[in-house]
Amino acid sequence: MSKDIAAVYADGWSRIVATMIRLTGDWSLAEECAQEAFATALRVWPESGTPDQPLAWLTTVARRTAIDRVRRAAVEREKLREVAMEPAPWTVDAEIPDDRLELMFTCCHPALNVEAQVALTLRGVAGMSTAEIARAFLVPEKTMGQRIFRAKQRIKQAGIPFRVPPGHLLPERLSAVLHVLYLLFNEGYSGAGELCREAIRIGRTLAGLMPDEPEALGLLALMLVQDARREARTGADGTLLTLDEQDRTRWDRERIDEGATLCERALRHGKAGPFQLQAAIAVCHATASGTDDTDWTQIAGLYEHLRRVAPSPVVDLNRAVAVAMASGPHAGLELVDAIDELDGYHLLHATRADLLRRAGRDDEAVDSWRRALELAPTEAERQLLSHRLAAAQRTGLRTAPPTAPQPAE
Amino acid sequence: MKYLMLVCVDPDFTPGEDDGKPDVDDWAGEMDGKGIRLMGDRTRPSSAATTVRVRNREVLVTDGPFTETKDVIAGFDVLECEDLDQAIEVASKHPMAWAGAIELRPVWPWGDE
Repeated sequence: MSKDIAAVYADGWSRIVATMIRLTGDWSLAEECAQEAFATALRVWPESGTPDQPLAWLTTVARRTAIDRVRRAAVEREKLREVAMEPAPWTVDAEIPDDRLELMFTCCHPALNVEAQVALTLRGVAGMSTAEIARAFLVPEKTMGQRIFRAKQRIKQAGIPFRVPPGHLLPERLSAVLHVLYLLFNEGYSGAGELCREAIRIGRTLAGLMPDEPEALGLLALMLVQDARREARTGADGTLLTLDEQDRTRWDRERIDEGATLCERALRHGKAGPFQLQAAIAVCHATASGTDDTDWTQIAGLYEHLRRVAPSPVVDLNRAVAVAMASGPHAGLELVDAIDELDGYHLLHATRADLLRRAGRDDEAVDSWRRALELAPTEAERQLLSHRLAAAQRTGLRTAPPTAPQPAE
Repeated sequence: MKYLMLVCVDPDFTPGEDDGKPDVDDWAGEMDGKGIRLMGDRTRPSSAATTVRVRNREVLVTDGPFTETKDVIAGFDVLECEDLDQAIEVASKHPMAWAGAIELRPVWPWGDE
């Protein structure tokens, strides 16, 4: 793809698809027309030069393609279909309405399952190909193709509207959109990095389209600050590094500053939702120069607030860590032991192990490291945990009596 | 868009004493008034159901419901809605959404793809 076309594609794809969906009400047709428009550009632009209004040019080609196809289909079936086609082509980019917000809300409609929401968002809003999405989720391309096809069918057949939901539905629907974005980001954070990039890009678009929705700003801030630490998260040998082991000079300061500013702007609305609070916590970490000068009391307070607006045992666990840093391992252990839902979660046991170590209870720590290691889902995490286990066993040996007592016969 | 609203009981769910669920007559009155509810009724329990099959050109009639629908469907309504969001809103105001479950089936008119 030539550079000009690639640049327009990055942002233009979803705008053209969204506009074509609004005009034709047909998702597959909309995508085919957008594809056709870019294919034509690929053929024509190198010779005629990039047009002054590339987006308007592409949209006009997509619309003509749609009109042609609908006409042909109508002739074939000897039945005219009503298609809301506006007669005059657009000439200025600014006049093209931006329908991407509608597209996002439709892709994330609660009547679609989460897998379908994610796949549709990546295809429609981010413009990733089915093959790319399949690779990112480690499923065969055919499977992903069917998933997307079924989701589009469902939108049409179930009557899922293409629009931004009205006020009374907006808060819950927006939170579904944000949830899908964060899911994408997290998927990318532990695997395919391109998903993080796309999630941030969509997040920017969303925050731009809904500048008065503090949670949309909060999510973007959260993703930016977390992504700023991406490079520093792994050591030279690919092992995961914890926050206090990371080389903070490798953090992307610009992204952190951008995230911090966004977070502040969001919090000024006075409606601190879960994403804003998580962003505020991430900013606290990212703006400290080390573990020692991190404001753990404030972080513990933010977690306390977070568990009130979005209660979850994982939040309780994180709060326990912050409390342990602010007030010592015993206070933290007490909170960890009060959580009774996360026995299958490796980080609960890893946290417990670390707090036990700091409390000087090394033997118990070994058991918890072992349990964490058994449960860890990724190779990188298993490596990190086996280092910890080995270290704890060495400390354990030093503190154990020189000759271990023989087991009773 | 037309939706067939299947009003179903949920045998595993016991609602609390006063859970604030709406009144069915109010619901029907509101939806009739808005022109959303085209028709609808309760259905008699499965003990009154009859199942018909034709096999080898012979009409087979059995007493009772087709197994899968046993005791589930308690009524039905036909709605005319703008889109799924409106149908969801209408369904969520029906008392059986609070005590059972409501299935929304888009009607597939003859002649449509």
